[in-house]
Amino acid sequence: MKLDRTSVALLAVGAVLIAVGPVLPKWGVSLLNVSLCYGIVVLGMMLMMRTGLVSFGHGLYYCIGAYAGGLLDHYLKLPDMLLMVAGGALSAAVVATILGFLLAKYRDIFFAMLSLAFSMILYGLLTKSASLGSTDGFNVAAKSIAGVAVNGEGRQFAAYALTVALAAVCALLLNLYLRSHRGRLAEAIRDNELRVEYMGASVRNIVHLHYIMAATFAGIGGAMMSINIGHIDPEMTYWPQSGEFVFIGILSGTGSVFAPMLGALLFETIRSFAYEYSPNTWQMVLGITMLIVIVFLPGGLWSLFRQRRAP
Amino acid sequence: MSRITHAAVAALATVVVSVLAPAPAQAVQKTTFRIGFVTFLSGPAAGPFGVPAKLAAEAIVESLNAGKGPAPYQVKGIGSLPIELVVVDEAGGGTKQVSEFRSLVERQNVDAVIGYIGSGDCLAIAPVAEELKMLTVLVDCGTPRVFEEASYKYVFRTRAHATMDAVAATLYLLDNRPAVKRITGINQNYAYGQDSWNDFEATIKTIRPDAEIISSQMPKFGAGQYGAEISALLSANPDVIHSSLWGGDLEAFMLQAQPRDLFKRAQLILVAGEPYLHRLPGKIPDGTIIGARGANGAFAPDSPIKRWLTELYKGKSGGLDPNYPAYSVANAFLGLKTAFEKAQRTKIGSAIPMGAAKNVKEEMEKAYAPANTEEAIASFENLVFDGPAGKVRMALGKGHQAVQGTAYGTTRLENGVIKLGNIKYYDADRVTPPEGVSSLDWIKSGFRKTK
Repeated sequence: MKLDRTSVALLAVGAVLIAVGPVLPKWGVSLLNVSLCYGIVVLGMMLMMRTGLVSFGHGLYYCIGAYAGGLLDHYLKLPDMLLMVAGGALSAAVVATILGFLLAKYRDIFFAMLSLAFSMILYGLLTKSASLGSTDGFNVAAKSIAGVAVNGEGRQFAAYALTVALAAVCALLLNLYLRSHRGRLAEAIRDNELRVEYMGASVRNIVHLHYIMAATFAGIGGAMMSINIGHIDPEMTYWPQSGEFVFIGILSGTGSVFAPMLGALLFETIRSFAYEYSPNTWQMVLGITMLIVIVFLPGGLWSLFRQRRAP
Repeated sequence: MSRITHAAVAALATVVVSVLAPAPAQAVQKTTFRIGFVTFLSGPAAGPFGVPAKLAAEAIVESLNAGKGPAPYQVKGIGSLPIELVVVDEAGGGTKQVSEFRSLVERQNVDAVIGYIGSGDCLAIAPVAEELKMLTVLVDCGTPRVFEEASYKYVFRTRAHATMDAVAATLYLLDNRPAVKRITGINQNYAYGQDSWNDFEATIKTIRPDAEIISSQMPKFGAGQYGAEISALLSANPDVIHSSLWGGDLEAFMLQAQPRDLFKRAQLILVAGEPYLHRLPGKIPDGTIIGARGANGAFAPDSPIKRWLTELYKGKSGGLDPNYPAYSVANAFLGLKTAFEKAQRTKIGSAIPMGAAKNVKEEMEKAYAPANTEEAIASFENLVFDGPAGKVRMALGKGHQAVQGTAYGTTRLENGVIKLGNIKYYDADRVTPPEGVSSLDWIKSGFRKTK
């Protein structure tokens, strides 16, 4: 199979990032870790947005992924990074498959609000579970990767390398999918569902599939985030978290699988510096950024890179 | 590629490169002592806790830097180095706070971090502080889980944990109203509210097994409307209503409960009612039992350190008395200062080469250099120092968790101001579990003093 330019670039950037990992300043590594985890989640948002759907409750799967990973560590004493990520992805996919039967029927604001409702149900459940630490959550410590025990600097690098690799692989898979026959139907559904149906494709099946894919990405992102951060709490499925994913999704645009990664990196960078340099008004800084992007770059950050294709 | 695209790509590249470029190397000679200070500047906890904590921190730092601290804190700054604060918002939950903590340590090169009010944040930060080897003083979070579930070298907490609030509240209640039978509670449905109620319930059951727990209302955090809960409490016909509500929730509950005569017969206990007293005249019935999570604020016995803090805080806040978060912040700064200065004194004391004339200059330079984190930790463990509410003993969590006595009192309205009367003090040993025993186990064991 011949890879397209985006895929080659993805692999190259991923390899370079892993290679420079040891010489990056530590805070740069943690910034990249967090950004790429968000980026993986937003890959799913991007797929949904391409299909014409915005979920206000994507934190649900982000949280499920994190808790699934965390519970593997907490109860089954299997603190392996790969297992945690796999567990997170699988749990998110299973829940999304079930909820998808209902949600795939809805569009627009109904889809958005229903997904929000499900995420808040999980929030309520977690808040009431004292054994899981209620709102305080609990700490997670991944101690090995693929069975190889790691700690200290080695652990940090392993987590970073895994984050970058996952981000690259997820983006690569989504890119391949978007270029496939079925993947191209996403935008067609957004533009005109009826026509897609007349062409012989089942819109509902595709929406359901995309929903499961988006959830799986979120599960992976959540599990990886819990490994990087070392702590999980119900805040991960609270509505502002989902709002953040929508924010990054809009900031990035749906032009390329690179966009969510860049958008998340920009978002995290602005947020982190705003926290430090204007602790009283960091929310305003983010709001103004959003305003600027919407007014000047309605197609998101990625439209900056796409102008060359315009006639 | 168009020119705009070029410019945009260049701009983005600049951002990325500047973000990822190595931080400038740390200055060789330390001229300031940088402290990252993390507190709620937005969200529901900002008003009653976060902002008072920030005002207190700023006032304390100004005063210490000017060398105007009370005895024994007259040395300028920390070990004569002026303190520089880097203030960060605690909003956003544990995940964000971990990222911000890393930035503080790795980008801002702080020498120590003081802060955190939310229990979830404290739990999340502690292991990261350990990993980054950053001396971190937790200010105001209450959960006993921090040092009961793990042990840390770099993390300290200079306020007592929340178990004593429940234990002392029960002792005070039974001292004053020994005949109470019908117990109820209204607490927010989140970790702190649940813990407060569980500790209180366990204490009552241990001391007074014949008392009945009639009803526990758990409205959600920030609910604002308490009609249903008030009805449930009314129909329970309680002798006692225990509550750890705070902030806007407390205010709303009091406003809605008072017209319905909920407190006519029932004894109300507000374990964390103190920070809002100045806002509640007329809304808190006389005879309410109030706590300040320690002998803080109005409960603190008069001392030069209390007078110093009160004066400073009044100057910053436009005449308000410091509330318990301000006291917690003072504990943290004074504890950290004591630890560093004690470490330096130890170093100087042990390094002066009496008679041995070899390498005198080098030895003296080394001895008079500011104490480093490891040295400070050694003197912070099991430290006893004076705070604005009396002695603070770092006695639990292998010398990392403070214990302090606490106090409860009863309200009465005097000339439009809520005053506290019938104040009773409880020794730390009486209301805090011993080392190595989890709080709930200790309560259920009947407050055994040994393992």
